[in-house]
Amino acid sequence: MLFSIARVSLAAALLAASSATLAQDVTGAGATFPAPLYAKWADAYNKSTGVKMNYQSVGSGAGLKQIRSKTVDFGASDMPLKDEDLAKDGLVQFPTVIGGVVPVVNIAGIQPGQIKLTGQVLGDIYLGKITKWSDPALAALNPGLKLPDADISPVRRADGSGTTFIFTNYLSKVNPDWKAKVGEGTAVNWPTGAGGKGNEGVAAFVQRLPNSIGYLEYAYVKQNKLSYTLMKNRDGNFVPPSDTAFKAAAAGADWKSSFYQITTDQPGKDAWPITNPTYIMMHKVQEKPAQATAAMKFFDWAYGNGDKMADDLDYVPLPDSVKALVRKQWSEQIKDASGKPVAFK
Amino acid sequence: MAATLPVSHPIERGPAVDRTTPTGGPAPRVLRSPWADRLFAGVAQAAAWLTLALLVGIIGSLFVGAAPAIQEYGLGFLTSTDWDPVENRYGGLVMIYGTLMTSLIALVIAVPVSFGIALFLTELSPKWLKRPLGTAIELLAAVPSIVYGMWGLLVFGPILATYVQQPLQKLLAGVPVLGALVSGPPVGIGILSAGIILAIMIIPYIAAVMRDVFEVTPSMLKESAYGLGSTTWEVVSRVVLPYTKAGVVGGIMLGLGRALGETMAVTFVIGNMNQLSSLSMFEAANSITSALANEFAEAGEGLHQASLIYLGLVLFFITFVVLTLSKLMLAQMRKGEGART
Repeated sequence: MLFSIARVSLAAALLAASSATLAQDVTGAGATFPAPLYAKWADAYNKSTGVKMNYQSVGSGAGLKQIRSKTVDFGASDMPLKDEDLAKDGLVQFPTVIGGVVPVVNIAGIQPGQIKLTGQVLGDIYLGKITKWSDPALAALNPGLKLPDADISPVRRADGSGTTFIFTNYLSKVNPDWKAKVGEGTAVNWPTGAGGKGNEGVAAFVQRLPNSIGYLEYAYVKQNKLSYTLMKNRDGNFVPPSDTAFKAAAAGADWKSSFYQITTDQPGKDAWPITNPTYIMMHKVQEKPAQATAAMKFFDWAYGNGDKMADDLDYVPLPDSVKALVRKQWSEQIKDASGKPVAFK
Repeated sequence: MAATLPVSHPIERGPAVDRTTPTGGPAPRVLRSPWADRLFAGVAQAAAWLTLALLVGIIGSLFVGAAPAIQEYGLGFLTSTDWDPVENRYGGLVMIYGTLMTSLIALVIAVPVSFGIALFLTELSPKWLKRPLGTAIELLAAVPSIVYGMWGLLVFGPILATYVQQPLQKLLAGVPVLGALVSGPPVGIGILSAGIILAIMIIPYIAAVMRDVFEVTPSMLKESAYGLGSTTWEVVSRVVLPYTKAGVVGGIMLGLGRALGETMAVTFVIGNMNQLSSLSMFEAANSITSALANEFAEAGEGLHQASLIYLGLVLFFITFVVLTLSKLMLAQMRKGEGART
């Protein structure tokens, strides 16, 4: 008896819940890098509004596939699409948060922020041209620092990832040899090094292998307390990775002309050179405007209320000026089938 | 044993005599529901056909998925070491080599060890040890592969690097071929670690099958060999092994199948490097399964994805060939057996 009452009330509750939210449930799929933040935002958003947001972190490539075939309300990617590709697929894109990629080393006696690198040297290490920590190029950058006469073990991502895209994009910009031999992409033909799966895999490798170097999302560097390097930015300063350094890099981009911005190697006194936002893609013409409204409402809410949560998880929120531009794009570009703008307020 | 045989005959004959008594024979069988028989036969047959259809379907979809890569590269895919997603050029030799080499190392280690385990458990072990030891080995098979992977990366890799690779490198520095075989950064990841981890993973499978088939060897055969003055080794090599060879080969193939298809543990320790720069056993490499696991999620549509599916097809083909070879080998053995007697 008790069972059946419980079952009936459970069914009733489910029915009520589904009828209340069915039309508004937002679904998205894509990049794994921002997935923890989107999950946190979704949880808080659900508590304050009752609307659910389901995000599948299937990877940027798969996310783009899903938004192209319209099985989700939005796709997410760490790699922005070029304006002509967006136009071809009838998509618009906008950034949500900024991520920084940080080189880390594991050398006995070297503390976080002690070793200085340039993009040229970093590229040469990953090309296998610089093979020892005692190389003159490293010694010239780090006078007074005692670096061991040991082989460098480069560590990189084995899986395709947005992190690798940002890293290789930066190396292509600052190391001509890298651009000619390897290039940029979510997966590249690495000339050397061991591959770890995911940020966790690379972090584990670097922690375990003496004299190794790797690259990680900033959050993993902070959580694992790894020895990050100082990087020489475009203005010639050696800067440590930090929220302000990532923000400085993002602020330098020309967001007004296009959201296709790869903010690696940006000018700015404090700008961290290996920085890039992560993106959301939506269709310009919405067959189901109610769904688009729900999705945009979610991101509008996240821009307004989500900065603290982003900070807690070591993501960097967008500058307010960029958020205003995104909202402007929403009202100008996302329309329903009849050409009317889709509301999001 | 032999002495009891004649005794059993009259007992078997007993009921046959009873049947002629006036109480009559057994009641004729009544088919109460003939449709149930047919239904059961149909369901059983459908299950068999379903498996076949699934197999054909999987091969078909692999071919369709890989079609762009097959058209582009043909069989040249199998001999090219180029794997460059940026330039959109693909070749599978590095992964195929990695898969075959790690599985070979795993078998070279696992087969003798498993044989030893099975031999000890069936012939030499004191009775009280048999059960706990057997269970412990079976439990090894229940450890999830990702645990082996993490253990390999965090615990086993460093041990291999410090106590095996570095001494070997010091010892063989400058020696032409052997020196190259142990070169590479001393990090303890690569083909050899992957092979050893795989060996540990497949030992329980092979050992369990071997032990089970060794145990079904009729003790009459073994006892008579012992009675003729054979040593334990002679009994095992001349009596037990020939009697159980089909089961032993089956067990080894089961292990090999697992080694070829293992993904997670290999990904952790193989280094995931798509270069075939040296034949060193300590050099980071890649395997088919690990390349698939790592790259599939982010592979763009087109050649990259098609090439990954092509790799999957190659793996399918490799397992198929291995299975066929083992069947042929067994058939050959049986023929040889017939010639001898």
